[in-house]
Amino acid sequence: MSWIRSRSAAFTAVGVLALALFVSRCAPSAPKEARKAASGTSDIAVAAQKTYVAPGDLDEYYFFASGGHSGQVYVYGVPSMRHLSTIPVFTPYPATGYGFDDESKKMLGDLTWGDVHHPSLSETNGDYDGRWLFVNEMNGRVARIDLRDFKTKQIFGPIPNVSGNHASAFVTPNTEYSVVASRFSIPIPKGTAVEVAKYATDYKGVITGVKIDPKSGEMSFGWQVLMPPFDYDLGDAGKRVSDGFVFFTSYNTERATGKLEVTSTQRDRDYIAMVDWKLAEKAAAEGKGTLIGGVKVLNPKDLPGLVYLLPCGKSPHGVDVAPDGNWIVGSGKLQGVTTVFNFEKIQTAIRNKDFTGDEDGIPVLKYESIKDAEVPVGLGPLHTQFGPDGYAYTSLFVDSAVAKWKLGSWEVVDKIPMSYSIGHLTAAEGDTVNPDGKYLVGLNKLSHGRHLSVGPSQPESSQLVDISDEKMKLLYDAFTEPEPHYAQMVKADKLKPIEVYPKEDNKHPHAVWDVKDAGVTRNGNKVLVKMVAVRSTLTPTDFEVKDGDEVTIAITNIEQTTDELHGLGILDYNINIVVDPGETKTVTFKAKRGTFAYYCTNFCSALHQEMQGYMIVR
Amino acid sequence: MQAFFARLNQALARPLGATPRLLVLAAALLLVAVYIFPLWNLTMFAPQYPEGLRLDIYSYKLVGGNGGQDIPEINILNHYIGMRDLATDDFTEFKWLPFAVGALGLLYLRAAVMGTLGGLLDVLVLNVYFSAFALWSFGYKMYVYGHNLAPTAAVKVAPFMPPMFGAKQLANFEVYSYPQAASYAMALSSLLLLAALFMASRNAPAEDRPGA
Repeated sequence: MSWIRSRSAAFTAVGVLALALFVSRCAPSAPKEARKAASGTSDIAVAAQKTYVAPGDLDEYYFFASGGHSGQVYVYGVPSMRHLSTIPVFTPYPATGYGFDDESKKMLGDLTWGDVHHPSLSETNGDYDGRWLFVNEMNGRVARIDLRDFKTKQIFGPIPNVSGNHASAFVTPNTEYSVVASRFSIPIPKGTAVEVAKYATDYKGVITGVKIDPKSGEMSFGWQVLMPPFDYDLGDAGKRVSDGFVFFTSYNTERATGKLEVTSTQRDRDYIAMVDWKLAEKAAAEGKGTLIGGVKVLNPKDLPGLVYLLPCGKSPHGVDVAPDGNWIVGSGKLQGVTTVFNFEKIQTAIRNKDFTGDEDGIPVLKYESIKDAEVPVGLGPLHTQFGPDGYAYTSLFVDSAVAKWKLGSWEVVDKIPMSYSIGHLTAAEGDTVNPDGKYLVGLNKLSHGRHLSVGPSQPESSQLVDISDEKMKLLYDAFTEPEPHYAQMVKADKLKPIEVYPKEDNKHPHAVWDVKDAGVTRNGNKVLVKMVAVRSTLTPTDFEVKDGDEVTIAITNIEQTTDELHGLGILDYNINIVVDPGETKTVTFKAKRGTFAYYCTNFCSALHQEMQGYMIVR
Repeated sequence: MQAFFARLNQALARPLGATPRLLVLAAALLLVAVYIFPLWNLTMFAPQYPEGLRLDIYSYKLVGGNGGQDIPEINILNHYIGMRDLATDDFTEFKWLPFAVGALGLLYLRAAVMGTLGGLLDVLVLNVYFSAFALWSFGYKMYVYGHNLAPTAAVKVAPFMPPMFGAKQLANFEVYSYPQAASYAMALSSLLLLAALFMASRNAPAEDRPGA
């Protein structure tokens, strides 16, 4: 028996040895790169000191992040990365009563959803002036947020003929125009049905300039340009030497349909379209163009010099104009390089008619004549931002990193990993003529569990990076609402927000400032209830109307004290109004029989609970 | 006795020297401050009001801090304890006080021109009487506001006297009450009159001094 035992012991020994060998041959727990230098981590002492904003202290920068398909804009403070506020734009937001009162309901119209992409702060001489924030959304609309009160003031659109407004809402250096462009070309005008087989000839892309009133910020239709059916992806206005032009990247210059991930990625180079907006403005003023969908559309074929195409490899995503205006950086997302064009060379090429062909009559410039460099930044370059010292920062989606490189010498000097799959990036005032440097935020698409688990629907991650030194340093992970496409970072002192609406500025026809003036007036079956909200009573405390009446409640918050907001919630009516100090809002509804309680929804005072009343409908 | 009165009358009728007259003139000019600067300031701090609520009391108006907004705010807070609104119309002082100060100033000027010790004594007495009355009036107003609380108030508090001078904790508020430039000018004006009186009596020949 003993030999059996010794044999089994021997087998066991061999087995253990084999297992040990097998285990030692196993893959390591982390990739090589990560083991070499701990990726996605920060120096605690440095990061803590740089990002700590003590209670009661204020951040240095405002960070305006697009909320993507949430339809909103989110405001954060940098460097703390604290979420300060949500500005509702294209979607109702009960927290501020947005989309419930008559005015905001009317502004939203039938579309209560919008896919917000690119915030664009108003500029004066190419620098943020802190007046307005424009944001686009895919249904062909642009909204203006007034930074005096952080409220959406206008939603312009849907703009005729535009489909899938992605390359927007970039403004020109003196906020003359905000641009709008088609990502999904369609046969125009809207309402035309044409089979996909005729895509290359019958579908049209459209680029629009939305005119902005320099005093009020009010948007109106400016001009529109008919373009070949490419997918216009991103844009940036020229500045300084290139002021007067807007640049748009495009993919699917193959004019393909179907499975685009294959069909639209066959050419090595697509185009950056360079539009002379001053010429477009002039032509529109002269009444040129063909009436399509109710607006005059300019055809580049008839207007030489209106548009030129710059070949850019491959399926370019971001196009970003450097602070000096002369270098234009186009990032081919399916390449390992980002391409830098030289505006002077572009002008020379135009003068020399250095063209290699045309697309629907639009000249295509010769690539070799206009490019300055192909910078080997890494895989999947998407967007570029700038620092004050001649450095550029390019996000790399595939590499999941940010590359820092030098304009002019085209040398890549540093890379920092991003967790994970970075899309846009934002440097402090990094798309203006005067970038600040200091901070950069990577807007990552995936967070992959770098946070407490909140189930399968994971937040996006925004990572704060210190760019004040030669080496970039990761400082902080913040988790943001979906979907931060682009964001902008502006020095806090450029904004001068009010904290209450001054009584003397309230011109609302139904505003009442004394509880004695509150009450009900009837005109046929139309009933107007003038209501006053002040700590801690909603006056009138009750009122009666008749079944079927059209009731308008005009509620004025007569407070002039910071942060004294009041609300009006009417149960069973889907009514939820919030009035800021000094503000008047109206809500109109059809009365239905019963007794309904209303109350203040926004906690205001020690006797907030008592701030309630009854609407009796007989 | 007779001789004492005689000497007293003589003394009171004695003309003032240049310096005391100038002091009386300066005292009159100081009264102008009452029309320019606040007499008193009340400042209230609470956790919710880190910047404080401020109330400046002038001889003819109330001015709230924060661009005037602090008065409605104080009223909104006070309505919870049933206190009356601070309203300019409730302050009869705002009508008679500027008039009285003007009259006082004119009397000072008269005293400076007429230039007798008696005239000087008159305005000094008037000044003391006026100041004491104004202070009492202010204190009484504070008392009335703190004691006439509506019985239906949401929050019942014991009647209280807001501080006239110095600091006091009232519920969640730290209340500070201090005189301001106009009151200091009034006080300085009194001191100048006193100094003038002192000089005038010092400069008098020894045998002329009352009681000498």
